[in-house]
Amino acid sequence: MSKEPVAVVGVGQTKHVAARRDVSIAGLVREAARRALDDAELTWADIEAVVIGKAPDFFEGVMMPELYLADALGAVGKPMMRVHTAGSVGGSTALVAASLVAARIHGTVLTLAFEKQSESNAMWGLSLPIPFQQPLLAGAGGFFAPHVRAYMRRSGAPDTVGSLVAYKNRRNALKNPYAHLHEHDITLEKVQASPMLWDPIRYSETCPSSDGAVAMVLTDRAGAVRAPRPAAWMHGGAMRSEPTLFAGKDSVSPRAGRECAADVYRQAGIADPRREIDAVEMYVPFSWYEPMWLENLGFADEGEGWKLTESGVTELDGDLPVDMSGGVLSTNPIGASGMIRFAEAALQVRGLAGEHQVAGARRVLGHAYGGGSQFFSMWLVGAEPPTS
Amino acid sequence: MNREIAVVAFAQTDHRRTSDELSEVEMLMPVLHRVLEQTGLKTSDIGFTCSGSSDYLAGRAFSFTLALDGVGAWPPISESHVEMDGAWALYEAWVKLQTGDADTALVYAYGKSSPGSVRDVLTRQLDPYYVAPLWPDSVALAALQAQALIDAGGTDEPALAAVGARSRADAVANSHAQLRGSVPQGEYLVRPLRTGDCSPVGDGAAAVVLAAGERARDLCERPAWIRGIDHRIEAHGIGVRELTDSPSTRLAAEQAGAFERPVDTAELHASFTSQEVILREVLGLDDRVRVNPSGGALAANPVMAAGLIRIGEAAARIHRGESDRALAHATSGPCLQQNLVAVLEGDPR
Repeated sequence: MSKEPVAVVGVGQTKHVAARRDVSIAGLVREAARRALDDAELTWADIEAVVIGKAPDFFEGVMMPELYLADALGAVGKPMMRVHTAGSVGGSTALVAASLVAARIHGTVLTLAFEKQSESNAMWGLSLPIPFQQPLLAGAGGFFAPHVRAYMRRSGAPDTVGSLVAYKNRRNALKNPYAHLHEHDITLEKVQASPMLWDPIRYSETCPSSDGAVAMVLTDRAGAVRAPRPAAWMHGGAMRSEPTLFAGKDSVSPRAGRECAADVYRQAGIADPRREIDAVEMYVPFSWYEPMWLENLGFADEGEGWKLTESGVTELDGDLPVDMSGGVLSTNPIGASGMIRFAEAALQVRGLAGEHQVAGARRVLGHAYGGGSQFFSMWLVGAEPPTS
Repeated sequence: MNREIAVVAFAQTDHRRTSDELSEVEMLMPVLHRVLEQTGLKTSDIGFTCSGSSDYLAGRAFSFTLALDGVGAWPPISESHVEMDGAWALYEAWVKLQTGDADTALVYAYGKSSPGSVRDVLTRQLDPYYVAPLWPDSVALAALQAQALIDAGGTDEPALAAVGARSRADAVANSHAQLRGSVPQGEYLVRPLRTGDCSPVGDGAAAVVLAAGERARDLCERPAWIRGIDHRIEAHGIGVRELTDSPSTRLAAEQAGAFERPVDTAELHASFTSQEVILREVLGLDDRVRVNPSGGALAANPVMAAGLIRIGEAAARIHRGESDRALAHATSGPCLQQNLVAVLEGDPR
């Protein structure tokens, strides 16, 4: 059976900041949803279903907030679903919404992800200990730092690579009006002089805690024809999961990530991602994950990812720009971070990314991961409709 | 659209007031093993996996990640999770099968209410600025709904007591149920609801296997075909809703094709006797329909699994040849805010 092609015709996000004290959670999500509808020149009545995602409910202290948000998102009388797959949730949420269109269950769907971290404290929200379980008492950085060390040891990467990524992404963020961190006086020296938090991860190589929301309007072929601006077409999308901790898990390059990317490339007919993909919005919460994921996603051979970073290939004007928007390193409303990657990929192929637009971007990958590097979701979007 | 998809297997735990000695994973694993055994499938044979649960019950962020470990997700699997009742996980899996990306799906859900006070925990679902700070608990909100129904002439206390008594009597035949036999209607919990009008607090898990087309016939002698499935949400504030009605259930049922022909069985996710009265009315279920032969949520209500269990119980009756066309209903949120309806059918006999 053939699937309906899925098009992104509306993207909206909030200006991400440390604390949006001027709006409620409902106000925050509605702002992003309205902007996505405006981009698509649609009204609430055009939306047939709503798929919403966010990371743990403890981050705001609201259990199953989709119930309370039904009114704010115009969902009353419609189907509404809530996805939660840890850090990859924003991507997974978009893929669930896309499936509704692909299966021809709905013609036009609103998908949205958010986090209002200022309502609570995400680090402690992640650190509720239960018996006989290793608690993440120092948030995510403490969990991931040993994996970065393992990567450095395996690949022989010099310890300067992480700071290059942070310096690049923070400069890219200056071109993105919605990015949280706008560090106008950023220099490589400042990144390298920032305090060591979880060796080898420095303060300036970590993501901020943001309030923010992102929304997309997904539609079918007929909806794309009516759209006022260019559509981004989904050419492939996949999710993969593996257990958190087990003997034999490769935490540096998880098999779930490799297989997820391979599935997306197979769907999109991509044989050589390095040549055939124009840019990547990659989920990089700690700077070292750029070279690590370059390898995991098949853009570089094992142990070679850091060389792409070091040679400038991943710069905004490089041959394979990564995190043109500034990425998670510059903006991290956790539950929304994955969907922002997907949405920024769509903006790039629509030619609507503004100052951080990559000239001629035709095929862009959006990538998200979560948990202990165990949940992966990705999509590849293109400027042209899929041929098959 | 409309690829033929069926429930081909269903398993559940014995539902109990407490399960202190078991982790969620330990509670879930026997159910996963049983449901796969019924079909002869292994984890690696399953095309898509989806679960439903709530961090708030577990008291821990990312609690579902540990449950995933219990599935045996190696090599890596195509998998997702909804922070909702497992009935919505089944819906997501059904959508995935509709796209043609997979032919089989494993769906599971679990919840342990015993570690805390579930009445208080559920208040955290409410509007966090204006309502949740008042801690209106789930039984109190249901009591408002029940009183509105009585005031409107839709029921009375003896009729509610009869619903409770029938559910527990039916549960005698269900070895998994928590409350069985002649359970007294009890004292008022929150007027007009007595303990016997309210579902018990309990722990439990459930799992279902879905399969498409010929695959379903290979895996199950009499598959329970999902003829339609739909879900709808209403406004959150109970002050803006007509509490004696359930328009979202009616709409979901229409979309699922429930009114096209009569059903012989209905499994309703009514956590309170008064909600069964509302749902029967909205769904047009008369006395010829066997309602909640399992005992329903009034006999066992493991939060987050209870809705999936309704689909599983309805399907199991079709598998056993006890039903030809059954309706299954799941709900979420205060006073029936969000509702899902599935229509299941067996092949003609």
